Amino acid sequence: MPGLGTSFGRGGATDHQQDLQNADVITIMGSNMAENHPVGFQWVMEARERGATVVHVDPRFTRTSAMATKHVGIRAGTDIAYLGGIVNYILSNDRHFEEYVKHFTNARVIVGEPFADTEDADGLFSGWDPEQSEYDVTTWQYDGTKVHAAAGKRGKGFAPGEGETEPGGGEPPAEDWTLQDPRCVFQILKRHYARYTPERVAEICGCSVEDFLWHCEELCRNSGRERTGSICYAVGWTQHTVGVQIIRTAAIIQLLLGNIGRPGGMILALRGHASIQGSTDIPTLYDLLPGYLTHPQTKDYGSLAAYVRATTPSNGFYGNADAYMVSLMKAWWGPNATEENDWCFDYLPRVDEDNSVYWTVGQMLEGNVKGYIIAGENPAIGSANGRAQRLALGRLEWLVVRDLVEIESASFWYDSPEVESGEVSPETIGTEVFFMPASSHLEKDGSFTNTQRLLQWHFRAVEPREDARSELWFYYQLGKKIQERLKDSEDPKDRPIQQLRWNYPTSGELEEPSAEAVLQEINGWDDRGQALASYTLLKADGSTSCGCWIYCGVYAGGTNMAARRVPHWEQAYVALQWGWAWPSNRHLIYNRASADPEGKPWSERKRLVWWDSEQAKWVGYDTPDFEADKPPSFRPQPDAHGPDAIGGDKPFIMQADGLGWLYAPQGLVDGPLPTHYEPHESPFDNPLYDQRANPARLQNDLAEDPSNPVAGEGGSDEYPYVVTTYRLTEHHTAGGMTRFTPYLSELQPQMFVEVHPDLAAERGLEHGGWATIVTARSAIEARVMVTDRMRPVTVAGKVHHQVGLPYHWGQRGLTTGGAANDLAHMTIEPNVNIQEVKAFTCDIRPGRRPRGPKLTELVAGKRAAAYAKRDGAERAEPESERWT
Amino acid sequence: MTDLAQPTGSPAAWPDTYGDEAKPRMGFFTDTSICIGCKACEVACKEWNLIPEDGLVWTGESYDNTSSLNANTWRHVTFVEQRKQMHLDPIDVESGDVATATREGGPQPLRWLMESDVCKHCTHAGCLDVCPTGALFRTEFGTVVVQEDVCNGCGYCVPACPFGVIDRRHLPRQAEDAPLLMDLLGKKEDGRVWKCTLCYDRLKGGHEPACAKACPTNSIQFGELDELRERAGKRLEKLQAERWNGARLYGHDAGDGVGGFGAFFLLLDEPEVYGLPPDPVVPTAHLPRLWKSTALAAAAMFVGLAAAFVGGGE
Repeated sequence: MPGLGTSFGRGGATDHQQDLQNADVITIMGSNMAENHPVGFQWVMEARERGATVVHVDPRFTRTSAMATKHVGIRAGTDIAYLGGIVNYILSNDRHFEEYVKHFTNARVIVGEPFADTEDADGLFSGWDPEQSEYDVTTWQYDGTKVHAAAGKRGKGFAPGEGETEPGGGEPPAEDWTLQDPRCVFQILKRHYARYTPERVAEICGCSVEDFLWHCEELCRNSGRERTGSICYAVGWTQHTVGVQIIRTAAIIQLLLGNIGRPGGMILALRGHASIQGSTDIPTLYDLLPGYLTHPQTKDYGSLAAYVRATTPSNGFYGNADAYMVSLMKAWWGPNATEENDWCFDYLPRVDEDNSVYWTVGQMLEGNVKGYIIAGENPAIGSANGRAQRLALGRLEWLVVRDLVEIESASFWYDSPEVESGEVSPETIGTEVFFMPASSHLEKDGSFTNTQRLLQWHFRAVEPREDARSELWFYYQLGKKIQERLKDSEDPKDRPIQQLRWNYPTSGELEEPSAEAVLQEINGWDDRGQALASYTLLKADGSTSCGCWIYCGVYAGGTNMAARRVPHWEQAYVALQWGWAWPSNRHLIYNRASADPEGKPWSERKRLVWWDSEQAKWVGYDTPDFEADKPPSFRPQPDAHGPDAIGGDKPFIMQADGLGWLYAPQGLVDGPLPTHYEPHESPFDNPLYDQRANPARLQNDLAEDPSNPVAGEGGSDEYPYVVTTYRLTEHHTAGGMTRFTPYLSELQPQMFVEVHPDLAAERGLEHGGWATIVTARSAIEARVMVTDRMRPVTVAGKVHHQVGLPYHWGQRGLTTGGAANDLAHMTIEPNVNIQEVKAFTCDIRPGRRPRGPKLTELVAGKRAAAYAKRDGAERAEPESERWT
Repeated sequence: MTDLAQPTGSPAAWPDTYGDEAKPRMGFFTDTSICIGCKACEVACKEWNLIPEDGLVWTGESYDNTSSLNANTWRHVTFVEQRKQMHLDPIDVESGDVATATREGGPQPLRWLMESDVCKHCTHAGCLDVCPTGALFRTEFGTVVVQEDVCNGCGYCVPACPFGVIDRRHLPRQAEDAPLLMDLLGKKEDGRVWKCTLCYDRLKGGHEPACAKACPTNSIQFGELDELRERAGKRLEKLQAERWNGARLYGHDAGDGVGGFGAFFLLLDEPEVYGLPPDPVVPTAHLPRLWKSTALAAAAMFVGLAAAFVGGGE
């Protein structure tokens, strides 16, 4: 999400899936789209029918590869090397879309003197502090100004209350339109990727030079005025210790080729759940408020204004962040939020820099967490290091699990591998578990925000069964009970709860709150109670209320726009009358870039939104993602702020400088440019730099989360293979919704491991037999599927095998089996705190795993053997920051 | 009889028997070149028709765990992993050559074929021909359907199907895993036969069959058979122009051994590769010849007998 957010301004897919049909080349990488997004994949097939080239780059040959023009197999965890190679190909052959790059990206901006590239420090950027194991990110800033990113760690490098440099905000004062200045972004980019040659790419990734060059050429020949290309990714990119940077590399490619904001040009972030986009828009994340506003941290105890200054760009539409914030406070605290009490800003709880889920699990393991609520998740199966997850749940006082069925996260205390091995028992686990049955989407009203930012309303078909209740019912009734309990309290700390607006109309026997009333509150209203039509109407004076500024307009005119159902064959292909897309029903965002700097379409073939000089406004097939009446010739006054500081030729209206960021001077903690690092666990050295893995990745020193020795360390030969985990079409993530369903269970009824015939021969594995997969964390068993689809790669002249593991199974349901995530470690990515389950190391051996205490003995024995070889010898790298 | 011996391309006595209620013949065109193997068709079929789960058995046959069409699986997706180029090289787009590996003498690239199989709703349906109770009948849409309240479970139709589609219901291999569903069905299985009805009930209501409705890529296309055959012909021409390796139609020919399929296919390899018979013939096609021989033998016997009587009389 910050990968896209820092590059373009918003943390969502840049386009709608239907627009894939207009692409001339589609690259699917870090995604198995045909299997995990089969409905959206119809548009890839449509594009293929129309003659588009479809390339699937992936360690495995999947159902997506089967549909692609070509599958390029790579080693898991080498995506940045591959994509960096494409950047190098574009730049060294002058294949970038020059006008687009010059006008719409920050290629021309001069970067400040303190910046030093990885080329100069062997894999580290300037500002690295080995004591703190983190970067001083201020060394990456533009020359002459201090700018905020529109996403990511926006407070990083800014003192409390410190804003962007005045005047001009984030407007870069130093630029070179010839792109020749050695310190301009374009030249820095060129130097940074110069070593990512096709031969290097092939050596690191294990693909052929020919395949790689073919892909580069397909991308380049399908760019420019007449042609566009799309990139689709999913958690195959996200779930790495360099996940955000992989996505950033794709953003660089798409900006260089001029593919953002144009028909058939996009980065499509494919989300795994029906409303996972919605769950970051109105976040379940610890560090965000609704609409991607930074959650105030413990250092933000000043005024609301000071917090806004220190965390958001002052130019562009984040320049109005005070209006979004005040309107949010009004939505939550209504008349109690006043200018005098700074809009109740102090009512918001403060978070620390890291209060993420893995940090919390660490705290649970250390006995520092009393209670926990799990809803719509099954961490005992779906999160990295399942054993640690389950042990952590066993150290709580109480646990509430809300789900459709009794998933492993609710049954861990009597039915788990640890209970089976005798490590723990129901008698020794003190956690009191409350299982609250949840109603399914068919039993409640509500909206899904899908992968393309589209809100679609669904209506209740039947009443929930028995004790099952909706999320809305549960949290509303819980809130009522808490308010009731605290109503007479005089403790000031209870005031935020006492004063909270918490009244929604209910109906029926169950007293189900009205989901539409919640949507209305999210949309917001003015001081006359009228539904607002757009976030541009929000004010910082307390006269407007809005629960999530990017959703403002979803209830425009008092109509539930998300419930609109005009089929696509009754309207233009952008389908503006089906549901409602944030922001302001714009389906292809940054679409100002579909016209040239003067506002004319780049070509007839790729026409979408353009400046109509007669009407003096932007018009087109989609809602323009630009101020409707701001002409292309508009140039801001030197002292302008907010949207007024964005020129008429700058399509990225959320960015401080209105530009697409090839180089991210702020917002990310692990570098302004993506750099290839090996995964945390890898059998290979980094051939590009001495720095092996992402130096900023967050490690821990939990006894429950040991790492396998890595390349350059003794003992790495104990875990010689790279494992990658994934989903199958037939099951949904951690299986709670599918393993309990006969029609889906029968389609994939057992946990299996995919291996190449050569690896099977090497390890004595038989097709249809059993294998045991071991890491320093755990061991699981699986049926063996020997298949050519698990293609080995040749890395640095050596054949290297990869092991494929679906991660759907666990102890419960109609079909049970080993949980792949039990094998994974909890070293995480530093920007979004996500686990690295797409590439870690393992061993595989024939036969079923041992039962009872022998399981623990197997894992510990192998780990001891590996550590005996490692310890005493020199370590590959110094210990990094640990988050416990 | 003549109709069976010399297939005419349209089902015997259909649609005349329906008079004013006759409808155009409806069918499926399953285009495997765009099948992504998601199995939504299998699930949608089971949901709509309340078919029991078919056993929770991992087969190791690529990603196929339902193995074949039978009483409890009316749509079945076949997965074939093979070493064959997707296109015959070189494909004629600017530097779009997809056959680099082959040109250099490397191994053939991997190809993963997926095909959603279904009852063929034959023009000359063996199952229907042999049914002694009339449980199997030809609907007004030209499809072949079993009436579950008429079927007596004799099983004659099972060997009469050249594709092994129609099947007597066996209980799920692990019945205890699907108690809910068995409750839902509320009936004891008694050996009656089951197969795809082309969603007769949905057709009656003016809807397309559940599988076609659920198919995300339009690999399963439902419509009037004549129109589908025309569409398929054009589709094949396009794929051949794009040099797709092995593209062919299967079951579209009204002159074949079953008089053409009501549900036919576009395949990317020989039918055998998908486990389909290359040249299916309705077994009852041999009946006229069999009856002729029988009649001859009977006549000869009669003549012999008569001769014996005559001789005996002498």
